[in-house]
Amino acid sequence: MTKITIPLVRIAHARSGDKADWVDFGLFAWNAAGYRLLEREVTAARVQAHFAPWLPGEVDAWTLPNILALKFVLRGALQGGGARNLRLDNLGKAMAGALLRMEIEVTQDELDAALNTPRVGWWP
Amino acid sequence: MKMHRMKSIRIGAGLGFYGDNWEPVAASIERGGVQFIASDHLAELTLAILQKDRQRDPALGYARDVVPMLLKLWPLMRERGVRFVCNAGGLNPRGAAQAVLAAFKAKGWQAKVAVVTGDDVLSRLQSAEAGFDHLFTHEPVAGVRERLVFANAYVGAQPIVDALDAGADIVITGRVADAALFLGPLAHGLGWTLAGASSEQELNRLAQGLTVGHLLECSGQGSGGNFGSQGAWQAIPDLAHIGYPVAEVYEDGTALITKAPDTGGRINFDTVRQQLLYEVHNPHAYFSPDVVLDMGHITLHDEGFDRVRLTGARGTPPTDTLKVVAGFRDGYKAEVTWGFSWPDAWDKAQAAQATIRTLLKEKRIPHDELFVEYPGLNSAHGALAPLPKADALNQSNEIWTRLVLRTQDKAAADGFGRLFPWIGLSGPAYTCGFTGLHNTSELLGIWPTLIPRAEVEQGVRVELLS
Repeated sequence: MTKITIPLVRIAHARSGDKADWVDFGLFAWNAAGYRLLEREVTAARVQAHFAPWLPGEVDAWTLPNILALKFVLRGALQGGGARNLRLDNLGKAMAGALLRMEIEVTQDELDAALNTPRVGWWP
Repeated sequence: MKMHRMKSIRIGAGLGFYGDNWEPVAASIERGGVQFIASDHLAELTLAILQKDRQRDPALGYARDVVPMLLKLWPLMRERGVRFVCNAGGLNPRGAAQAVLAAFKAKGWQAKVAVVTGDDVLSRLQSAEAGFDHLFTHEPVAGVRERLVFANAYVGAQPIVDALDAGADIVITGRVADAALFLGPLAHGLGWTLAGASSEQELNRLAQGLTVGHLLECSGQGSGGNFGSQGAWQAIPDLAHIGYPVAEVYEDGTALITKAPDTGGRINFDTVRQQLLYEVHNPHAYFSPDVVLDMGHITLHDEGFDRVRLTGARGTPPTDTLKVVAGFRDGYKAEVTWGFSWPDAWDKAQAAQATIRTLLKEKRIPHDELFVEYPGLNSAHGALAPLPKADALNQSNEIWTRLVLRTQDKAAADGFGRLFPWIGLSGPAYTCGFTGLHNTSELLGIWPTLIPRAEVEQGVRVELLS
């Protein structure tokens, strides 16, 4: 089946935070159909390759199927840490947005399932 | 039939950082049914700010917002018997307590204020022959020892329990683990064993309590604030009047995450789990001084109507070390920002930047780097936000450039802004918005490391003032 390319933001939400020089990301699927795609596509190696043109640090990854989430840590991401980082975003608070730019390949059926399966959270 | 009613307490989030908004805390006290508020004023960087205060005035070194905050909240708390725990003491918990008591005295108020000290381990790092390697890079501390300006251990919840057991209305600590600010009141109120907890039941309920603390320690980030998403955050109502999270926690550790009625924000599966993983590394071994948490079996059951049920946190005993975060002097930065307008805005910004580089070289201004970013184009996502081609950029209405000099030489930093103003009359046309003539600040490196627990805990003191 032909694959299409989508940015993660289509099927996921995310938050980033900092500890010293490491930035960490929580990446969350809206439902189980989306989680299966994240788990398959968004590996530590792929995240590392995504950030490499900007921040070529190592990436660690963990899966949390119980909350339909992935966890990543990107090392060496803050010029040594928030209090010596010259960037406007010295704490990496906006870096979750950079993760959500990452592109993955899915089939149209997979995308439809991720988009059309109801969200687990209460969104009245 | 006799029903056994399980004991529970309600605890509300205070501030999430030094400078946060306390209006939502008033709402939790007035309408959220809380018995405790726990308030986190210290991020990793905050001690660096407080250290600069203390350098200017030895009576400072604490998060000064605790005074106006308590002047606002104490009348509401006193009326309802709500007790307050915070780490606003920073580098000077006794100074913070004295400032609060002086402000209370001026109002004719009385309160029992407990002070927790003993987290300051700077002299230990300064005098150590060995140890204190960087937790991430494993480099030895010797390379930064002469430049250390603070070093504080993350203390656990026990001294907070002791302070509350002794009848404190307000507990002011220095550096304690953020979530311990919450675990302390929970252990005190629900009779949980901290030190020596060994059974699965004891450890799992501590893990639940730690998770509650972690979910509440960042104020509005636990109730729909900073909800990173596309197209979903707009559905979170009334952030202008956000309610900070409140937890109802039962003896067995199960917890309900909610918020005060008639407040904005959202508590649901999505907003709560974004906070659950925030600033966590290995989610199967989230270390704290009181318990090591495994999040791998946590269930967040969304009951709707801003109620999420938390179960399934698993705990194992804590290690015999505590985390320390130290800061060391690491040079200076000076930053300027300026704009150039259409036409040819991009080329003009590049030409002006080249002039500055020339001056830095000709005047032999010592520096480690000149960092450049373009606000509005790439300052948030760096190279992952690729710049349009020069032709397109030259058609832009305006190009803003932010230039930051990193240097070990304070005079070089102080003089950086003075390199720019003449360019307004003698450089490329249509520049505006220059800022940064005098804009030097000291940079600090962060040094996370470990310390044997016993070395810190023997020096932790709880003192009751009134």
